[in-house]
Amino acid sequence: MNFARSLLSRVLQGLALVLAVVVLNFVLVHAAPGDPVETIAGASGGMSPELMAQLRTQYGLDKPLLVQLGVYLGKVFSGDLGYSYFFNVPVLSMIVAHVPATLLLVVSSVLLAFVIGTTLGVLSSRKPNGLLSQFITVLSMVGFAAPVFWTGIMLVILFASIIPIMPISGMRSIDASGGGIKDALDVLHHLVLPALTLSLVYLAQYSRLSRSSMLDVLGSDFIRTARAKGLADRVVMYKHALRNALLPVVTVLGLQFGNVMAGAILVETVFNWPGLGRLAFDSVLRRDYPTILGVLLFSSIVVIVMNIVTDLAYRMIDPRIKTA
Amino acid sequence: MNTIAASAATAGKAPPKVEHPTVEALRMFVRNPSAIAGMVLLAIILLVSIAGPLLYPADPFEIRAAPLTPPFTEEAWLGSDYLGRDVLTTLIYGGRATLLVGAVAALLSVSIGVTLGAFAGYYGGRIDAALMRITEFFQVLPALLFAMVVVTLFSPSLVTVTLAIGVVSWTGTARLTRAEFLKFRGLEFVRAERAIGAKNARIIWKVILPNALPPLIVSATLAIGAAILFEAGLSFLGLGDPNQMSWGLMIGSSRQYVLSCWWAVAFPGAAIFLTVLAVSLIGDGLNDALNPKLRER
Repeated sequence: MNFARSLLSRVLQGLALVLAVVVLNFVLVHAAPGDPVETIAGASGGMSPELMAQLRTQYGLDKPLLVQLGVYLGKVFSGDLGYSYFFNVPVLSMIVAHVPATLLLVVSSVLLAFVIGTTLGVLSSRKPNGLLSQFITVLSMVGFAAPVFWTGIMLVILFASIIPIMPISGMRSIDASGGGIKDALDVLHHLVLPALTLSLVYLAQYSRLSRSSMLDVLGSDFIRTARAKGLADRVVMYKHALRNALLPVVTVLGLQFGNVMAGAILVETVFNWPGLGRLAFDSVLRRDYPTILGVLLFSSIVVIVMNIVTDLAYRMIDPRIKTA
Repeated sequence: MNTIAASAATAGKAPPKVEHPTVEALRMFVRNPSAIAGMVLLAIILLVSIAGPLLYPADPFEIRAAPLTPPFTEEAWLGSDYLGRDVLTTLIYGGRATLLVGAVAALLSVSIGVTLGAFAGYYGGRIDAALMRITEFFQVLPALLFAMVVVTLFSPSLVTVTLAIGVVSWTGTARLTRAEFLKFRGLEFVRAERAIGAKNARIIWKVILPNALPPLIVSATLAIGAAILFEAGLSFLGLGDPNQMSWGLMIGSSRQYVLSCWWAVAFPGAAIFLTVLAVSLIGDGLNDALNPKLRER
């Protein structure tokens, strides 16, 4: 009951945030110099003033701003994100077509970073001043400071000219046949470098975070009690300590989803990975505002949903938290 | 009798020296080798970026060598890119935009964050609720995408890039400041200040803020690093100021030709990496010096 109510209130808050993002999109477009018709005219290489006036009436740009906002909101909430200026296809269908690639990239990198990062962190927490701990300190510095697009390009150089065993661009080989295990393997092969690049940043962060929170937890009373009652070291480490030490990592993982999306944009650009980031980048270059605004809205919704999911995951790991 | 004798005995000796906290922190910072390494590295980068263009006037966009000249040659020490632009020159000139945007954007982001966080934490109640809603909103907005939209809509220039970065990256600072203000606002020295009739503005800026500074300084340092990376990312995507050479722009424009001129990407990227590394080494050193209790084991 309590759980359902707090979930409902989180969802309502989330919807309010989505509404705010939509309004912000509208405000931005109208605050920018020039109106959409001028942009279309510019993109199509000149247009007569009569045609521009006609288009303005057609798009409702001659109506008061509040009316326009209302129309815009109604459209967005019925799933109509407008048409791409460039391809003249619905923005929503373009976004839907690009989601799987980004999903594959983001999920595999975050998973990779989480598994390897926490493993390194937990292993190093056994020897707080050991070699592995020092390695993690250095790794976290390097992971933060190295621009992700640069790391990606350096890997491209390494795997294109020095050790040519990995594809460095795109998601499929040109001669890929449709479907089947062979195709799946081909995609996985292409996924290795982009996923590795994106995961390095978070791997560094998660390992440092899980190490310090492991050390925190290992110093607490209930661990001493567990040890005192004679539990095996393995049980203390993994059943008692790890479960608690994972909390901050899960929080950061969920709340940082916006950051991961930013990383994905850069990585997709480097590796020509056909996902949302690539779509956003191409739309920016083409001044295709409806598409880029659509991607922004979509990504915000993803981040909001991830925040709610994090909240839920947190409750599952830590039953002490009843209400937010 | 005894007590008088005892106090007379101690009067001769100097009282135990108590260092001012700032002096103590400074001493700890100076004794930290990695913090000093960061300072030296940053000093070199700043010196090259500020003095370099003055001592060595050149146009970084100018074609000065045969395209794709490899590095470590007489013609171009660090090679030339696919157009024949000298990589060393772009390296010297490219720091200006990156460092300037990084510093100003970080300043902007910290100012917004500290102000909103201070008001939210100090006043509490409805003001807090409203400000935290705004913070939450900016937290869910994907920062890079939003900055891309803003820069595209309002044409890329140093000003729009700086504003875009500053506006999307203040939420962490705001939360931290709010937490600090929540911690301090009920304490005795703040209540005493209020009892003698101090105005809210005085309590916020002159009484609580100085006490809340140590973690904020560390977070501001990290904000500079993050802003530099953000600027580099935008320039890499071709959304920086097109008239300003920057390290990110250099990498972005050479991206397609990277297999024939690795040096045009490797060196500017290393410059970004070293700058951010220097800043975060300083940040870590400040953290150790200012928050000794929080130091990582």
